[in-house]
Amino acid sequence: MSNPYAKLPGWVEYGLVPLVNLAVAFLVAGLVVLLVGENPLEAAYHLINGAFGRGEYIGFTLYYATTFIFTGLAVAVAFHAGLFNIGGEGQAYVGGIGVALACLWLDQTMPWFVVFPLAIIGSALFGAAWAFLPGWLQAKRGSHIVITTIMFNFIASSLMVYLLTRVLKPLGSMSPQTRTFAEGGQLPKLDWLLGIFGLDIGTAPFNVSFLLALVAAFGVWLLIWRTKLGYEMRTMGHSPSAARYAGMSESRITVITMMISGALAGMMALNPIMGEQGRMQLDFVQGAGFVGIAVALMGRSHPAGIIPAAVLFGVLYQGGAEISFEMPSISRDMIVIIQGLVILFAGALENMFRPAITRLFSTSSRRAAVVAQTKGA
Amino acid sequence: MDSIAIELRGIDKSFGPVHANKNINLKVRKGTIHGVIGENGAGKSTLMSILYGFYQADSGEIHVDGRQVTIRDPNAAIAAGIGMVHQHFMLVENFTVLENIMLGAEESQILNKGIAKARDELKRLEREYALEVNPDAVIEELPVGLQQRVEILKALYRRADILILDEPTGVLTPAEADHLFRVLEQLKSQGKTIILITHKLREIMAITDEVSVMRRGEMVATRTTAETSVEELAELMVGRRVLLRVEKGEAKPADVKLSVNGLTVKDSRGVTMVDNVSFNLRAGEIVGIAGVAGNGQSELLEAISGIRRAVSGEVHLNGKAIDVTGHVDPRELRDRGLAHVPEDRHHVGLVLKFEECENAILGYHHDKRYLNGVFLNVDAIRKDAEQRIAEYDIRPPNARLKTANFSGGNQQKIVLAREMERGPDVLIIGQPTRGVDVGAIEFIHKRIIEMRDQGKAVLLVSVELDEIRALSDRILVMFAGRVVGERDPDATEGELGLLMAGVEGRKEAAE
Repeated sequence: MSNPYAKLPGWVEYGLVPLVNLAVAFLVAGLVVLLVGENPLEAAYHLINGAFGRGEYIGFTLYYATTFIFTGLAVAVAFHAGLFNIGGEGQAYVGGIGVALACLWLDQTMPWFVVFPLAIIGSALFGAAWAFLPGWLQAKRGSHIVITTIMFNFIASSLMVYLLTRVLKPLGSMSPQTRTFAEGGQLPKLDWLLGIFGLDIGTAPFNVSFLLALVAAFGVWLLIWRTKLGYEMRTMGHSPSAARYAGMSESRITVITMMISGALAGMMALNPIMGEQGRMQLDFVQGAGFVGIAVALMGRSHPAGIIPAAVLFGVLYQGGAEISFEMPSISRDMIVIIQGLVILFAGALENMFRPAITRLFSTSSRRAAVVAQTKGA
Repeated sequence: MDSIAIELRGIDKSFGPVHANKNINLKVRKGTIHGVIGENGAGKSTLMSILYGFYQADSGEIHVDGRQVTIRDPNAAIAAGIGMVHQHFMLVENFTVLENIMLGAEESQILNKGIAKARDELKRLEREYALEVNPDAVIEELPVGLQQRVEILKALYRRADILILDEPTGVLTPAEADHLFRVLEQLKSQGKTIILITHKLREIMAITDEVSVMRRGEMVATRTTAETSVEELAELMVGRRVLLRVEKGEAKPADVKLSVNGLTVKDSRGVTMVDNVSFNLRAGEIVGIAGVAGNGQSELLEAISGIRRAVSGEVHLNGKAIDVTGHVDPRELRDRGLAHVPEDRHHVGLVLKFEECENAILGYHHDKRYLNGVFLNVDAIRKDAEQRIAEYDIRPPNARLKTANFSGGNQQKIVLAREMERGPDVLIIGQPTRGVDVGAIEFIHKRIIEMRDQGKAVLLVSVELDEIRALSDRILVMFAGRVVGERDPDATEGELGLLMAGVEGRKEAAE
């Protein structure tokens, strides 16, 4: 009686509502394109074509999606424990150190399948370490995690500038980056995967870390819904007082959750460093940590939602780049506006259309119930 | 006095698939006290919220003094002469009485004139209705009974002729409740119309002229109070005959299971909530702690169950000390045979967003039975939950349903099943039947007595004096954090009421 937001059928909750939000986001984005004096339909064509038009484009879309799956999962894991980890950006950045160290150490002597597991461990360790401190400060000192993780993003950024200009840069080089890795430090592309569908990957950097992202998504599902730790995390996320009642240690869960979240964010670094560039560059994260927040919101913090949400943002990144290439009056900033609108409608305003949709479905389901009743009688 | 103050015709309201009010018709005669009773979730509050403009009815008409009115919001209700006293007071705690009363009726941007006017008006109201209260007192420093009086004055200040009171006695001592009833009689004699919403049958019998009974969103009957009985009303509410008093045999107290010695607990602001409390709890007895809400009972339970740290004192469970002033792990207490049904099942005892079976292991999720290494053994968890759903008649019998979708009574059964099923030595229960419908109360009371008869020690805290008296073998009364007296369950309500109000207690302490 006290719940006007009655339960919706699954396909409405997880299908229709996000779709309506997305449609509205694109409508408004279309208006913006109109304002600049361009044809929104043409822009939409370039967006879709740029993301899916060729095997190479699809490869790029999935390459970006890989990155967003990692950062989206990172944010989602923390969400489940009621923690808002805004530090994915910094954790991914620092995670890069782990990847780079593994590669610099072994790339000339070992094949990629030996370096890769070490790089995974390295990225996860460095990412987790970077999230440990905010988690510990929250658990023991009550410093709010939103504030500390934001601050740690800045610290990470400065730290990496230092490392890439002073420590990890090869002597005599002018650019702030590590040396280019030998073959052992570069991940194989997934050209065979696209090849199954008769697509040619071209120059797209779509690589095996995509498979790792899928494994991580399954792992997160297992963790959250099938382990004792996940159960404790969810209890704390929904009701800290119930967690206390049940004898769960708030500080322990906070620290562990943040470390898992940081590890996932850190693993994002594998994709650009080992999968694309073959070296660690300044600013390789490029805002993916923040996109992860939108991906987690849109995917309802569920791996099955995060993967499609990450692909959507991959489409926006890849297709968006094509738009600005094909339609010069639509600049890179316009693409950011469109992405912002998607985040706004799908994330922040996700409940805007829900009451109307709920009303629609409750009246129709009641009618159905009445029909069933009269039939029964 | 036969004119009709309020008439509702065919009021219908749904929230999504929930049909909260079905074609409700109600006539309230002018100058009477009209009771509306029903179980939790029967639709009383929804109906009154429609009358006061919080919700709009899907269909139906509201007539006030014979004229049809449209009430879109509380302002429209006030304009139509309807005032409401909410169950949870709508007062600004750090404002004075006067400021609260004129809040929303300031009349101009500059307050001086309004204040003077309000002060005069308040004096007049005090004289007319014998509702004395210091206009310059700050709300948070007033006792609950007086805060409620301010709520009534607020309504009268806005010239309400019809007063709706929603569960007004829930937070009052018996003496304060009696006083409230005298005030209501006074208001009635001045020609005001009063609608009293409650689930306490005794109050209905004591004060109302007429009573309407709601059940599952429908208005099932209206009776003249003088011509009905508690039994008939209970039956109308529940839809079947109910036992109002549980049968129980003699208690056979044995060894001391829980001993509390000089326990003192402070809240987060440093205010002493539990003050040097000592008592023993034996196997095979139910000890009830009576008291008006907020006199330290909650903090006492929290300290014993390891949720809140005590400042000083000792607690022994089965003869072994619990480190109540240091770090206590509630998990360890569970292992040592202490189970706890917390007062607030919505935020503490349950996670409402969890599936039923997930809540059925809350606090017991370390149990090897539910684990495969670090993984949850989902099959075992569900199987256990289903078995308990059957044993405790939890409805709907669906272990995978979200807990929020169960009724209050069934939610409480989920908690009770979890805490009772492992046969703890000591069971502490806070507010076992708060927000629970009459049918489930009977079931819960029987289970608690069964626990006692199996030789368990039960510590019971409730603000429902009737419940304490019905279940307890010994009654401790708490006032201002202290145990001010111990009585047998056959002590009169008046005697306990005085203790709860701290009157008797002060005398005993002084002696």
